[in-house]
Amino acid sequence: GQAHLRSNCTGDFKKKTEKMTENGMMSRAKVLTIDTINPTVKKVEYAVRGPIVQRAVELERELSQGMKKPFAEVIKANIGDAHAMGQQPITFFRQVLALCSYPELLSDNTFPEDAKSRACRILQSCGGHSMGAYSASQGIDSVREDVARYIERRDGGVPCDPDDIYLTTGASDGIVTMLKLLVCGEGASRTGVMISIPQYPLYSAALAELGAVQINYYLNEEKCWSLDIPELQRALDEARQYCNPRALCIINPGNPTGQVQSRKCIEDVIQFAAKERLFLMADEVYQDNVYADGCQFHSFKKVLFEMGPEYSDTVELASFHSTSKCYMGECGFRGGYMELINMDDEVKAQLTKLVSVRLCPPVPGQALMDLVVNPPQPGEPSYDNFIKERTATLSALAEKAKLTEQVLNTVQGISCNPVQGAMYSFPRITIPEKAVKEATEKGQQPDMFYCMKMLEETGICLVPGSGFGQKDGTYHFRMTILPPSDKLKILLDKVKEFHQKFTQQYS
Amino acid sequence: MSQQAVNGVPCRGKVLTVDNMNPNVKRVEYAVRGPIVQRAVQIEKELREGVKKPFTEVIKANIGDAHAMGQKPITFLRQVLALCSYPELLEDNKFPEDAKKRAQRILGACGGHSIGAYSASQGIECVRQDVARYIEKRDGGIPSNPDNIYLSTGASDAIVTMLKLLVCGEGRDRTGVMISIPQYPLYSAALADLGAVQISYYLDEEKCWSLDVAELRRALNAARQHCNPRVLCIINPGNPTGQVQSRQCIEDVIRFAKEEHLFLMADEVYQDNVYAEGCKFHSFKKVLFEMGPEYSSTVEMASFHSTSKCYMGECGFRGGYMEVINMDPEVKTQLTKLVSVRLCPPVPGQALLDLVVNPPQPDEPSYITFMKERTAVLSALAEKARLTEQTFNAVPGITCNPVQGAMYTFPRITLPEKAIDKAKEEGKVPDMYYCMRLLEEEGICLVPGSGFGQREGTFHFRMTILPPTEKLKVVLQKIRDFHVRFTQEFS
Repeated sequence: GQAHLRSNCTGDFKKKTEKMTENGMMSRAKVLTIDTINPTVKKVEYAVRGPIVQRAVELERELSQGMKKPFAEVIKANIGDAHAMGQQPITFFRQVLALCSYPELLSDNTFPEDAKSRACRILQSCGGHSMGAYSASQGIDSVREDVARYIERRDGGVPCDPDDIYLTTGASDGIVTMLKLLVCGEGASRTGVMISIPQYPLYSAALAELGAVQINYYLNEEKCWSLDIPELQRALDEARQYCNPRALCIINPGNPTGQVQSRKCIEDVIQFAAKERLFLMADEVYQDNVYADGCQFHSFKKVLFEMGPEYSDTVELASFHSTSKCYMGECGFRGGYMELINMDDEVKAQLTKLVSVRLCPPVPGQALMDLVVNPPQPGEPSYDNFIKERTATLSALAEKAKLTEQVLNTVQGISCNPVQGAMYSFPRITIPEKAVKEATEKGQQPDMFYCMKMLEETGICLVPGSGFGQKDGTYHFRMTILPPSDKLKILLDKVKEFHQKFTQQYS
Repeated sequence: MSQQAVNGVPCRGKVLTVDNMNPNVKRVEYAVRGPIVQRAVQIEKELREGVKKPFTEVIKANIGDAHAMGQKPITFLRQVLALCSYPELLEDNKFPEDAKKRAQRILGACGGHSIGAYSASQGIECVRQDVARYIEKRDGGIPSNPDNIYLSTGASDAIVTMLKLLVCGEGRDRTGVMISIPQYPLYSAALADLGAVQISYYLDEEKCWSLDVAELRRALNAARQHCNPRVLCIINPGNPTGQVQSRQCIEDVIRFAKEEHLFLMADEVYQDNVYAEGCKFHSFKKVLFEMGPEYSSTVEMASFHSTSKCYMGECGFRGGYMEVINMDPEVKTQLTKLVSVRLCPPVPGQALLDLVVNPPQPDEPSYITFMKERTAVLSALAEKARLTEQTFNAVPGITCNPVQGAMYTFPRITLPEKAIDKAKEEGKVPDMYYCMRLLEEEGICLVPGSGFGQREGTFHFRMTILPPTEKLKVVLQKIRDFHVRFTQEFS
């Protein structure tokens, strides 16, 4: 055995930590150990790249080393990464990015004029006309102006001030920054933040890291994952007993659930936030990913302003967008922005100061965002091709959303709400008692147990519902709808087959 | 809280105010983009609107942004980035074979062969492998494990992540982090944000900003009374001071870290920016391993590098990495988990880093141009470093240590008593008052020494050496003239 004095965070430097090693020599424990690490970091979990994905990567390695498996490839349907699943980038965007990277190409005839003029405009706004210069910390001025114009067009003319726009390193960056600003207080006054269950686990991870209080409000699975004001009220009233609720986060279209909230629902949420004095955070990164008939994206900003000055002058709102989703799928560029409505001026000055420490978001991502909000217009040379590519991507996604819902709903023991938008299905699965028992014995969440088995037997990597949150006693998984249609069909059939086998095995 | 509105209708205060926001954020300051830069931007706006000024442009010598000051990107790097962005260009004869090969390798390592895919959270594997090989070559063969490499969004990202991991405890047990005075204010900002305790150790201005272990010991012992010191940060080559630490000094620091059980953080982003005769960059990793297993298998260390400085100057791409040495495996798991939440660093920056650590080789088509461009940039910087030191040292009331490396000069300025009084009247720190006057009168934007830290009663400013030589000469002259005028005015 080893004599081991636990290292702890005391100020007494003389109490050195010592370990007896096998050969009887004394050696010190490390400065940084699992016991002396930041405790909030230990509480952080992020299922989208968690244990099941680590196992998937391991399996890929084993496959590449020639090990025999019941499958020829691992399909990573765990993460909303469109290009990794074969979606093609938009030609126009990549042309402009190439021109910005290597401006010598501006004299190259293979590039259309509209791409060149966008590139010139972007480069002119860069220090030394180079994407390699730092930009202003809030983001390149002309890009923020273009974002503001895009928002105005999208929202039917509701004005947008470029000064309220902050470009970010993906939407995640903006979301974490806002949460950081909002967190204060101790004990019963500690900031509480309302998030949906199920949610995208960036939120729970950020709250854990910041030591804020997570307040869960349940989306209604029976009603297509809709949001219920009485449920918001219930969650809030309960939370008030042990924390200071100050923010309400909503993802629309939803992740993992894919629901597209009705306009009425959005109004209700705004009214609720106004009444209960909550800072609203609207994660709208999937705003172009709307598939279902009768569904439409309504931006929180637009609805807020259409509710009149009683709300539009008072409700504090941050909306988030990204270049990672929609029809672009440019995850690797880490482009994004947030728009702030009714933020206190002094707080805004603090925010500007805070983002300045990290200098600026990646300039290629800012350039890309500029193109997303300022795409080819009718009459421009690249327009037809752009629309063709955009439409192809979005209609493929719509088709895959429908296919997914259909196939999964034919499986006994799987029920799948319509995938109204976003990029995922979040079906509910029935797990036999015996399987639940075996999972519990293994110390695993039942849906993790299920997904791990699916991974080992079919090579399909999904994320268990427990990674996103779900009502007690229910189980789900999140699967992306991103693989190409023919591959998706095969995938869905394998999931069906697995579920039937699994149910049989544990009956 | 409610407030009366003008028309008598009661209105409520905002949900998020300065009084109920995160208190740590309020303590954060970052002088490099602080108040003086905000004023500089305002003045630029006024100039554009036609307001008459004693100058026609604002020179932003506040920030280490080489391209903004006219430095050209390295052709090869940008060719590969263009090929990665728009792979159709692989058919284009304009691009050399070695650029195409690098692009194909990078794209092959990306999901769906696209730089638009997320990468692994630790960074693209083959890039980490290339980084490890680079480190081995740089350090004379000392092994580097790609698994110890974490690509990051600039070096700043990794530095903040490491500090975050290290902070724990309450009150007197709160983690203390030793940082140099003067320092690059990312460190003080991060410590304020994290609520960690800043432990200042003074560099020795009289001895060319060298680091004194006796001073480290003094700072540490004093700190032990009110916190739990666990980390020692060092920037080499230094920012803002530009000193390049001797090998002996680096050994001493490593020995000190071991004796006092401190996690070492070595910020080496300026590792190619070494100008002075007799100065050489010694990586902490290399020295650590050359000190033998008693140190190399025990001292915990993180070293940081970036694509923003050196000869590349690609600040906007936010490329960087850290190498972790002797990190506890359980902690490493936590680190990997933590970085996964933000998915991955920007892929263009990862691609760029790959080229930095894997540049054209002597037998490749792009080699000659690459070397020519690299040498031109570095020798221009060396010349500007020398010019700056010479010019400033000729000004009575300004003394400038040699700019041994990095990209800045941090001269000490003598401020007349009356000027100090005037500054106090205006509620300004004296060197901020000085720098603001310089900005308003000459359109030159520097950062006051108070933004980096300095010994009480001394004043400095930080100026970059980045403007093109001819422009730099003019800038130096204007500062000299200003200083003489200023001294005269307050005599």
